[in-house]
Amino acid sequence: MASLARRRATDYAVKAISTGFAALSIVFLAWILWTLLSRGLPALGPHVFTKITAPPGAGGGLLNAIVGSLIQIVVALIIGTPVGLLCGTFLAENGRNTQIGNAVRFVNDVLLSAPSILIGLFVYQLLVIPFGGFSGWAGAIALAIIIIPVVVRTTEDMLNLVPIGLREAAFALGAPQWKVVTFITWRAARAGIVTGILLALARAAGETAPLLFTSLGNNGWSISLDAPMASLPIAIYQYAASPFEDWVALAWAGALIITVGVLTLNILSRLVLAKMK
Amino acid sequence: MDATLSGTQAAQGLATARKPTGRVSDPIFVGLLWGCGIFVLVLLGLIIAMLFEGGLPALREFGISFLWSTTWNPVTERFGAGVMVFGTVFSAVIAVIVALPLSFGIAFFLTEIAPGPLRRPIGVAVQLLAAVPSIIFGMWGFFVVVPLIATYVQPPLIEWLGPIPLIGALFQGPPLGAGMLTAGLILALMILPFVTAMFVEVLESVPPMLKESAYGVGATTYEVYRNVSVPYGRTAMVGAVMLGLGRALGETMAVTFVIGNATRMSASLFAPGATIASTIANEFPEASIGSLKLQALLQLGFILFVISFIVLALSRMLVRTKG
Repeated sequence: MASLARRRATDYAVKAISTGFAALSIVFLAWILWTLLSRGLPALGPHVFTKITAPPGAGGGLLNAIVGSLIQIVVALIIGTPVGLLCGTFLAENGRNTQIGNAVRFVNDVLLSAPSILIGLFVYQLLVIPFGGFSGWAGAIALAIIIIPVVVRTTEDMLNLVPIGLREAAFALGAPQWKVVTFITWRAARAGIVTGILLALARAAGETAPLLFTSLGNNGWSISLDAPMASLPIAIYQYAASPFEDWVALAWAGALIITVGVLTLNILSRLVLAKMK
Repeated sequence: MDATLSGTQAAQGLATARKPTGRVSDPIFVGLLWGCGIFVLVLLGLIIAMLFEGGLPALREFGISFLWSTTWNPVTERFGAGVMVFGTVFSAVIAVIVALPLSFGIAFFLTEIAPGPLRRPIGVAVQLLAAVPSIIFGMWGFFVVVPLIATYVQPPLIEWLGPIPLIGALFQGPPLGAGMLTAGLILALMILPFVTAMFVEVLESVPPMLKESAYGVGATTYEVYRNVSVPYGRTAMVGAVMLGLGRALGETMAVTFVIGNATRMSASLFAPGATIASTIANEFPEASIGSLKLQALLQLGFILFVISFIVLALSRMLVRTKG
């Protein structure tokens, strides 16, 4: 074995390097945020929120993209949350240590990390081709499929934290399962479940790839779910890759809005979780 | 059973609770729970089936050699997945190679070094990196990282390492900035939080007794980490790395911005390339419904799904078998 002095030196060296790595990761986060702030803030103005997208040089904003994103996310939440919530409840209440429960859990974990672009391709084939065109519905459903696994996972985790005794007490009083679940376990895990939904919302808000083939984007004003619909990530993608300075500036403004929104949601949900534990 | 009883009757039954009223309304609720559980299974099956079905004509047209053919020519309508499969695996492997030591270090820092009050904020900051949307990494990469790499990293590397035989092949070509290396580096940063979080979780589950006995015989912090904690969680940690790999394989927007999007094969780290996901995102707008190109893209999607599914499934098995 190496001498004590050498072992100590190695220990210090590794500690120093590890601390450096941790610092480095934070530097990168700060760097990204700094880039967004320094390029996004100057481009941010009332026009971003009051005008719709326009040709380069015409002084457009991102209003239709922001509204389109909000509509699609809300619809996705309305579709995805109940399914995710019930599936997560199924796993925690009926699917513990059963084969079908394990299978569902496994598939959900795969969906959670599956490439989101493939969800887009899937919805493209499922809805866009048969119904003859890109639509807000297709975009919302693609986002719902992104949301479901996140909600399933957090719901199951949170329900597992609820003591079995609480359920047993309710069952012993003769309550049926629906009553036990809705009035006892869901209520006990309420904060955690809401956190999961917030996290899913944050995830869906930044997704670009699944919208490329579903809601496509729209440069006009449209709030119809049957027509192609604009969204913030798609507008950013389109504008960032363009050669026009004002479009690129708008892309940075949009990027700043999305990132601030997503990070705020994340920090909020973490605070809620920390309070629970 | 009695699922046809009206809601009012059910409610009355519950209110009085004279009989085991659970049977009245439970079949509906339990049915819903089961339905949603099964739905997730069906969803995955449907995704696999639709991607396969959509790409089948391309597979019929080009045969099984579609998988490795390196031709991708929209003009002559000859398509093969070789270049993209290579690019997908190459960029993801770079990402894992870069992210792995960083994750080991950060996990060591978070579990052993960081003083108590700092641990959480730093851990959260690392996790926030995972929350930044893919397209933001793409923009940052495209506007900030690519020029830096093209100016400061590539020219000296090409000059110094390019002429060396064998290794030199990795450092050929003009310093464009966009390419495999840049894509791999951005991907590394994106998977870092996932891998680190799972490492920390595994390391925190190491029984304190094991670590304490190692400390008791005089081991340093690093020796305990290396010889006790890491071996204890090895299987799950390999699973964590696979999860990172799986995520890197399918990442789309960030890669599309920085990989250069060239459907040519090159062993050089600096050459522009393409991944399956970036090709789909890039070429989809030019593929009309029913065209051979669209079918080839869908087939690419199916291949990506199979690759990620295998990696993610392996990852999950390894993570769950810990301890």
